[in-house]
Amino acid sequence: MTRREPIATGSDWNFEALEAYEHAVGALAREYRLDTYPNQIEIITSEQMMDAYASVGMPIGYHHWSFGKQFLSVEQAYRRGQMGLAYELVINSDPCIAYLMEENSLMMQVLVIAHACYGHNSFFKGNYLFRAWTDASAIVDYLVFARKYVAKCEERHGVEAVEQLLDACHALQNYGVDRYKRPSPVSAEEEVRRQDEREAYLQTQVNRLWSTIPTPIGGLVQQPSHDFENDPLGLHRHDRYPSEPQENLLYFLEKNAPLLEPWQREIVRIVRKLAQYFYPQRQTQVMNEGWATFWHYTLMNRLYDDGLIDEGIMLEFLQSHTSVVSQPGFDSPYFNGINPYALGFAMFSDIQRICQSPTDEDREWFPEIAGSDWLETLHFAMQNFKDESFIQQFLSPQVIRDLKLFSLVDDDRDDSLQIEAIHDDRGYRRIREALSVQYALSAREPNIQVWEADIRGDRSLTLRHVQDRRRPLGQSLFPVMRYLHQLWGFPIKLESMEEGEVVRRYQWPIPESNRESA
Amino acid sequence: MSYFIDRRPNARNKSAVNRQRFLQRYRSHIKRAVEESVNRRSITDMERGEKVSIPAKDISEPSFQHGPGGRRTVVSPGNREFAEGDRLRRPSGGGGQGSGEGQAGNQGEGVDEFVFSLSREEFLDFVFDGLELPHLERKQLQVLEETRPVRAGISKEGVPARINIVRSMREAQARRIGMRAPLKRALREAQEALEAEERKDPVLRNPARVSELKSEIERLEKRIEAIPFLDTYDLRYNHLTHQPMPSNQAVMFCIMDVSGSMTQAHKDIGKRFFLLLYLFLERNYEKVELVFVRHHTVAKEVDEEEFFYSRETGGTIVSSALTLVDSIIEARYAPEQWNLYVAQASDGDNWDDDSSTCLELLDESLMRKLQYFTYVEITPHAHQALWEAYDSVRAAYPERFAMQQIVQAEDIYPVFRELFRQRAKG
Repeated sequence: MTRREPIATGSDWNFEALEAYEHAVGALAREYRLDTYPNQIEIITSEQMMDAYASVGMPIGYHHWSFGKQFLSVEQAYRRGQMGLAYELVINSDPCIAYLMEENSLMMQVLVIAHACYGHNSFFKGNYLFRAWTDASAIVDYLVFARKYVAKCEERHGVEAVEQLLDACHALQNYGVDRYKRPSPVSAEEEVRRQDEREAYLQTQVNRLWSTIPTPIGGLVQQPSHDFENDPLGLHRHDRYPSEPQENLLYFLEKNAPLLEPWQREIVRIVRKLAQYFYPQRQTQVMNEGWATFWHYTLMNRLYDDGLIDEGIMLEFLQSHTSVVSQPGFDSPYFNGINPYALGFAMFSDIQRICQSPTDEDREWFPEIAGSDWLETLHFAMQNFKDESFIQQFLSPQVIRDLKLFSLVDDDRDDSLQIEAIHDDRGYRRIREALSVQYALSAREPNIQVWEADIRGDRSLTLRHVQDRRRPLGQSLFPVMRYLHQLWGFPIKLESMEEGEVVRRYQWPIPESNRESA
Repeated sequence: MSYFIDRRPNARNKSAVNRQRFLQRYRSHIKRAVEESVNRRSITDMERGEKVSIPAKDISEPSFQHGPGGRRTVVSPGNREFAEGDRLRRPSGGGGQGSGEGQAGNQGEGVDEFVFSLSREEFLDFVFDGLELPHLERKQLQVLEETRPVRAGISKEGVPARINIVRSMREAQARRIGMRAPLKRALREAQEALEAEERKDPVLRNPARVSELKSEIERLEKRIEAIPFLDTYDLRYNHLTHQPMPSNQAVMFCIMDVSGSMTQAHKDIGKRFFLLLYLFLERNYEKVELVFVRHHTVAKEVDEEEFFYSRETGGTIVSSALTLVDSIIEARYAPEQWNLYVAQASDGDNWDDDSSTCLELLDESLMRKLQYFTYVEITPHAHQALWEAYDSVRAAYPERFAMQQIVQAEDIYPVFRELFRQRAKG
């Protein structure tokens, strides 16, 4: 390989140098078969970066106070020097939009191009979750549609009415996804075209569902079990509605909430669609950052080997890279959970090592990948996993030892904490299992589903929470139930289940409130 | 395929609307925080924003979450001495929370206060929220001596700087068309005649007629040529007229007693009060002038530095200051042109029979000219003759005279708010 002259030196960047570097990085990326969307690289100021932060990286969004809150807190932390802004921000869209801050040094811009424009970008395009759940080519149009629609509703129904509705929807946005069903992709064009049609149709659906006049006998009928004494004709004998539990709360509300206006249903839908767009990101943080970090490391080293960057830039890069992938121990004052960059980078690098120079241990643990083509294997890993399954599949004893991982059990029935496993032969599998669960969305968020809408009785909505390892719901439960009540319009009941038994019941509005006596 | 876009020139306040929505939503919280901070901080630095904190629970965005309890397993890095099966004491205060939420810990758990910064403008908006300057509108209607230039159509006269090019060129084109038309018609006729003549048989041709036509054509062509492309006659100018506009200027007279009984602490309180008033006026007027008058037994107009920091001794004659203000108004600030505000700070001491003189002065001369007179008495003691005299002025001019007592620095802001509370419009 012939060493070439560096494209640029020093720490100042200009567009010519960036374009040349982008070109060089792109050529190397193709060598490694990184398949990407076209890149749209935007140079922005730090203020604009704060704006981008505030809108959770969406290039355009509807207005809501919570984004203002986000902006203020970022601004505060940044101005006080408590935090630096990320050097880049990248959006899963086609073309893939990456923001580069103007304050970055030349090295940082090149690093970001490698990290975001080729690392993240190829992840967005290749990973199965993103392929299934998001439509990169439609997202920007959909965001524009959502913003316009919300603005129109604000004009017609008032800012406050829309804001309250959005508050309620946001509280449920983690419950706006069908986890086991492939969703239909979002498309702005289609949304606009079918919107009126849908509004009308939706309303008739809901009307039909609720046309039954509630006829309670002997007070409120709560049990669907048939009471032969009072109802010999079986008027109240019916199947539970919905017949299957529904995990997508927002979808259920959109389709079934009896009192929502058509425009309100549409806004519920918008929040749901955007939640769906972010759903893969919540499940691939370690992989996504690990992949991007692995590739910026590899590509920067190649640029150096090819002589396209000089020692100065390389040293600056190594310094920056080292801090990105540092993992303070649990007892360090800097500890803030597991650093996804560190874990992801360690795992992808380790896969490469297992392929290239496997040890006996690796052959025993990973017989099918030890000694295989590393690039092939890495692409396979990137494409077909999410954090949970990626860790389950690829976390090696080597990485566990390097990070000195240990697992700690905190059981409220036990008055002390117990070390369950450490980085030794007996512990590897258990740590791998525990870490995988730690990244499983199903363990991170309480499992709550719609159990029954009492369409013949008091119209209350009953949700069921299936407890995970006896963990109860937190205090935020009541405000969320209040929002649910606002959307549903009738009482909300929630039952916490443990091993098939109801262990706790909650209700909103709280039954003995003044409302009933008034 | 990649391309770069330089977005830096784009607007940066993409979040402005969301920011405003947030401030609007938590208005009452922020107002409370602003009031506290105004009392806390020295008013000299009112000119900056403020860090405001709101209890995080009040602005949380709730979602279903796991609470403490149950069984949880946390994987952490950096094991040093633990071995499998080790038992550890539960950290106190953890309440079953153990060593935290693992990966969920990033989301800012356990932060009790939401802290953010208001910009200077936003801060002052909250400081002066709900306050008004009395009688502002009345003055604006009266005073129409200030003028400003406004566009008033097009004129034929003007200075080159105001030339209206489009209109001038249009005029020129019209003139050119108008002036050329008869000449062109004559030219065309002459040319046709010449051609007709030349088509004739050479025998029948009239050479005199041909040369006559040729010279005619030449003459016409010259005349057409001579029509100027642009004539002074075409020029049009943007016309400006001077429109009277409401006066938007104010003078603030600061009167302070600097006699021996006024301590530095008193003066500090007075200073803060003046600054607050100045900031408030500044937000309502384009131009605010300050006049500082200090007095003991005699009054003197001084600059700011001297006003606040020089020390004097001796007795107090308040009327000396009021007389001086009156004469300054006569000399420099005609009430028709200026909105006049007087703010006076004193500890309430006055020479025995001077208070009645003050009453007279105010009642007969000063109050008619002023927009508003505010008096703050900085004393923890009982009121003296001056307060009583002023009280009767207040009775006579309830709309334009306000007085309050300040005991300590914390009172300044509430007193200020009381003085400028928005009054129901009658």
